[in-house]
Amino acid sequence: MTIEAIQEELIDEFSLFDDWMQKYEYMIDLGKSLPLIDPSLKTDDRLIKGCQSKVWLHSELENDKVVFTADSDAIITKGIVAILIRVFSNQKPEDIVAANTDFIDEIGLKEHLSPTRANGLVSMVKQMKLYAIAYQTQLKN
Amino acid sequence: MAFDVQKIRTDFPILHRTVNGYPLVYLDNAATSQKPQVVIDSIVDYYSKHNANIHRGVHSLSQEATDAYEAARKKIQEHFNIKHSHEVIFTSGATHSINLVANGFSSILKQGDEVIVSALEHHSNIVPWQMLCERTGAILKVIPMSEEGVLLLSEYESLLSKKTKLVFVNHISNALGTINPIETIIKKAHTVGAAVLIDGAQSCSHIKPDLQQLDADFYVTSAHKMCGPTGVGILYGKEQWLNKLPPYQGGGEMIKEVTFEKTTYAALPHKFEAGTPNIAGGIAFGAAIDYLNSIGFEAIGVYEKELLDYATQELLKIEGLKIYGTGVEKTSVISFNIEGIHPYDIGTIVDKLGIAVRTGHHCAQPIMDFYEIPGTVRASFAFYNTKEEVDSLVAAVKKARLMLT
Repeated sequence: MTIEAIQEELIDEFSLFDDWMQKYEYMIDLGKSLPLIDPSLKTDDRLIKGCQSKVWLHSELENDKVVFTADSDAIITKGIVAILIRVFSNQKPEDIVAANTDFIDEIGLKEHLSPTRANGLVSMVKQMKLYAIAYQTQLKN
Repeated sequence: MAFDVQKIRTDFPILHRTVNGYPLVYLDNAATSQKPQVVIDSIVDYYSKHNANIHRGVHSLSQEATDAYEAARKKIQEHFNIKHSHEVIFTSGATHSINLVANGFSSILKQGDEVIVSALEHHSNIVPWQMLCERTGAILKVIPMSEEGVLLLSEYESLLSKKTKLVFVNHISNALGTINPIETIIKKAHTVGAAVLIDGAQSCSHIKPDLQQLDADFYVTSAHKMCGPTGVGILYGKEQWLNKLPPYQGGGEMIKEVTFEKTTYAALPHKFEAGTPNIAGGIAFGAAIDYLNSIGFEAIGVYEKELLDYATQELLKIEGLKIYGTGVEKTSVISFNIEGIHPYDIGTIVDKLGIAVRTGHHCAQPIMDFYEIPGTVRASFAFYNTKEEVDSLVAAVKKARLMLT
């Protein structure tokens, strides 16, 4: 599936919820189902700065596609990471670099984009894109 | 007169708004307090009727503005029982005040001198002194604390020596709410000739200190913690100390005579007040002090203690909830965690229910390191909070716990 198709799918899923509580319960479930990062990869250089909770993000290139794994010590943050991984993992670097992130607003998680929200959603997206840029350069050479 | 919290709440326009569809329950008072209408009005009144630059103009408007600003200084002097009004220096807040003193001590401290900080400090009362130590070669010592979050005075005594030049502690810990025994701390420091700076940012809204009786050498605080505006605060210093410290910032207002060969500085307090100050802020700070005194600090103290006791008792009924900072002497701050749940998650859920609490390390990472936790959820109560709001908090935390486990 393309990044855009996955984003559409998420918007559809989230539109089913009537209130914030169902939405957060779903995110918490997503967080719990997040495939955990290998503990040996939970190193300081994989920590994303600017989060109140800790987020470790690891990436690998498999068959010219970027595979992300991640973990967080906070469950709601983990849910957000799970959503981002669903959208961006197993995608080509150039598609990740070009992708827009308006869907976050559309699924009603706009508040997590505010600079005062120290959960680092913005930093997570930025870090994913930076990895993609690095792989893009690597593949070109 | 009985303490009428409902009447008091009508003084604060913001307390009547909703957040995320729920009535706002504002329990982040340790971060900043809300503002009563009289304080907001004083700002509007100043800009609508009296705005002019102060101290220099001969025109009437400038004199009105100067009179109002200096009247605020007088109010602050009286409130904190300060000997001379020129010992009250207007700053942008407690952090600015601390940096002013730390900068001044750069020319006083020598290599090998010692300064003492407490384990309970906010970063703003740690970092400026670390920077001072880097500049001068002085050594930073730390008064340790107990598991309850209480400073160990016997350890403090053993740190004091003839080498000690400065001791800086907060009156109340922002992260845990512990009230520190500053009277004893000051007395002991003076026996070895060390100066003491008290950070009053967390205490000024709960306790009215008598600075002459306390004999503090320096005291700093911010107006916004005591129902005043942001961006203004004070440094109190004993006259002999303020005369000893060199000016912090150069500029207009702080000079006596300027030639390109040499500048002489103005007398106190202007020596430390370079540039056009936050005039409206200073005046509104005065209005905030009047407002708090009209309610009375004794009444505030009694009521907040009731709220603290009730909230502590109700929160502790929640399974797995642990409170950090359990000393006997504490103000209406409750820092807590629930076993197995990240404080950030709790903060996010209770915010969705209209409740404002703080989560994180509260700018006091050494305290979090001491307890080996990433942070806490902190609910901090003011005299305008109610028992019903405590009930809302408890219900929201219970809901968060259910959702998150």
